[in-house]
Amino acid sequence: MAHVAIRGYSYCLNHTPELALHYGNTPYMERMSHGETEFLKKLAVNMQSFDEACSYAPNQAFIGGIDLDRLAEQPSPMYQNRMDGASRFGRFGEIMPEGEFLGLMDICDVFDIIWLEEGFAANVSGDLGQHPLMNEKIMSRLEKGHALNDIDEEIKKHGALPLFFQGNIAGCCRKGHDVDESLSAHVLLENIASKAGSVLALLHLLKTAGMVPGDIDYVIECSEEAAGDMNQRGGGNFAKAIAEIAGCVNASGFDVRSFCAGPVNALIAGAAQVASGARPNVVVLAGGAIPKLFMNSRDHVRKGIPALEDCLGSFAVLLDPDDGTCPVMRLDALGKHSVGAGASPQAITSALVLEPLQKIGLSFDDIDKFAAELQIPEITVPAGAGDVPAANFKMIAALAVMKGMIKKEEMPAFVEQKGIPGFAHTQGHIPSGVPFIGHACEAIKEGKYRRVMIIGKGSLFLARLTNLSDGASFIIEPSRGETGKALGVSPEEVRKMLLEALQDLSGVLAG
Amino acid sequence: MGKLAGKKVLLLGERDGVAAPAMEESLKNCGADFVFSVTECFV
Repeated sequence: MAHVAIRGYSYCLNHTPELALHYGNTPYMERMSHGETEFLKKLAVNMQSFDEACSYAPNQAFIGGIDLDRLAEQPSPMYQNRMDGASRFGRFGEIMPEGEFLGLMDICDVFDIIWLEEGFAANVSGDLGQHPLMNEKIMSRLEKGHALNDIDEEIKKHGALPLFFQGNIAGCCRKGHDVDESLSAHVLLENIASKAGSVLALLHLLKTAGMVPGDIDYVIECSEEAAGDMNQRGGGNFAKAIAEIAGCVNASGFDVRSFCAGPVNALIAGAAQVASGARPNVVVLAGGAIPKLFMNSRDHVRKGIPALEDCLGSFAVLLDPDDGTCPVMRLDALGKHSVGAGASPQAITSALVLEPLQKIGLSFDDIDKFAAELQIPEITVPAGAGDVPAANFKMIAALAVMKGMIKKEEMPAFVEQKGIPGFAHTQGHIPSGVPFIGHACEAIKEGKYRRVMIIGKGSLFLARLTNLSDGASFIIEPSRGETGKALGVSPEEVRKMLLEALQDLSGVLAG
Repeated sequence: MGKLAGKKVLLLGERDGVAAPAMEESLKNCGADFVFSVTECFV
């Protein structure tokens, strides 16, 4: 089997400005180094409300509230041209407000790490109790809460981190061990938040795919957090922990890591398991990264724009065998950035875009849309990082020129035609190609696209183990409705057909 | 050899732009002393 069905997908945002203000790395390091500076005071008043986050067009595009054509029509700057009547829920998922998300973090905590203040816990219980996906079993995990005095003591005497809601202490995140830095309150806060985001995406996926938790066979998690202790800092395993909370009792799972290239690598790993018949289905998912919240907020504050990086992102994608009804991932044309490929943008783009196309006899023209890094430009441009999606599409166009496939003057049209606007938060692995899968599958089902390419790139060098980066890519296209057959013919298949034809001819001539 | 010859150079690469190793490779014959080379990611 050369391809696997993309049966379902979900995308969620968790609007968490107060987690961002206190534990996003940029404000956190500022506070640790210099105290409550002018920047931090201005940041606190530059934060968006939940309604503002909901009415921000890129957020609506992420959760499937609007399609990408509608996003492209939205006047800029979009933080000054908000959408009227924007809903918390979209076709792919939702934007969850911070209070409910703190409650969900408590639901996802199985070691009494998260403590909620009792009045706050009661309010959250009322709110989450109304949530369409929070069933009785999940809600039973929400604690009744603790007295504020006890929470204060945990913070002041035992190294717990305060959790805030509307400026007040709403709870705390406790340490998991007295001296183990891998189980510090800070690490556990990030891990539990990422886990909670994944659980929410998984619940939405089950709903949109029309499945019950027991239907899920395997889960692959691909965030950028490390779960472990001082003896094995990245031991894992988020995937099973997430499946447990969602009630996926028949599932097992493991984690894949490759910085921002994690999701594409994880999707390939999951698809390979389905294609081989090893697993009847695989969910690939990831939650968000607290440290990256408000990462570029210094520039946002300086330039007087809202602190837009206030949402944790999460997604989940369900893969299963092709039955002719869903778009498929091709496994015979995977992009791979090999060790010896080189670090130049041309080398990376060639490895991830051109080489997989050449392998199956396709060209740039055969791909309707490329999706590489999909960060929201209004976040990155004021911080000096430029329009990252556009930069990636220009690099693909430049490669097409170098290979003589388009003329240099055709580059702007190529970028316009084959690129898409950025609509994902600066959450590392979250914007890396995968946010487009939902929109792409819908458009493929409608016959709007013939074929798209999803590209993930990861900054391995940040871990100081290697100077290399990573990358991977795959193609999505319509199913042909014939299990095991992908569109296009590989050179090997052509050779085999020619050989068979020559043998037939030889048989006829012989007599 | 060019105007960087004999100079000490810091190379700051960007993930979605040009990575530091790629700059180092292209500048290796310019006679500069690369005292620091790093690629960062801001997204």
